[in-house]
Amino acid sequence: MSAVHLLYFASLRDAAGQGGETWTTDAVDLRALYMEVQARHGFALPVERLRVAVDGAFARWTDPVCAGSEIAFIPPVSGG
Amino acid sequence: MENRDFWLADAPVDLAPLRRRVQHDRAGAFASFEGWVRNHNEGRPVHGLRYESYVALAEAEGAKVVAEARAKFDLCGALCVHRVGDLAIGDMAVWVGVTAAHRGAAFEACRWIIDEIKDRVPIWKHERYADGDAGWLHPDTGRGVDA
Repeated sequence: MSAVHLLYFASLRDAAGQGGETWTTDAVDLRALYMEVQARHGFALPVERLRVAVDGAFARWTDPVCAGSEIAFIPPVSGG
Repeated sequence: MENRDFWLADAPVDLAPLRRRVQHDRAGAFASFEGWVRNHNEGRPVHGLRYESYVALAEAEGAKVVAEARAKFDLCGALCVHRVGDLAIGDMAVWVGVTAAHRGAAFEACRWIIDEIKDRVPIWKHERYADGDAGWLHPDTGRGVDA
């Protein structure tokens, strides 16, 4: 099991009721991790519409989950 | 004064220093784009909005966008600033300024930068509607999946 810190933004933060949390997981990759969290918080956005970042840089959904990392789920952006 | 090429501002931005930042003796053209808060979206009256960001990643990705524009177009100067926090109708939400020897590169790079910013920089718009409703905009036109 790995403990990671998750960050939520915009509608994901509203759905989770918090901007982030520590999460213990044995998910094999970031995609599986999102599935866990999505089920826990009832996130409406499917993984296909999100991007993911690890420790402040964009990452791939197939990347492994590293203990102690900070993982941000990035919903579709709407700046500008 | 800011010396970065992209940053997030949590208060209204003074334009004169931004223009000075992109001034260059080699520049014969200056193109800028301002995104403003409008009073409607997809047919619904909007009273105001808030921008939220993942600041560290947004500032890194925004800087990459401007650096890529410098590599892609023949520019003298380029920078972009984006507001976060609460904004009212008519407020400036984003400013892009580009200088080049000639207008073609300036226009093209300015358009390219704002399109990339909208597509890939982690900033989110939360609109408040006249009917009391409010919500996050998560357009389905942007990029998802793997970086």
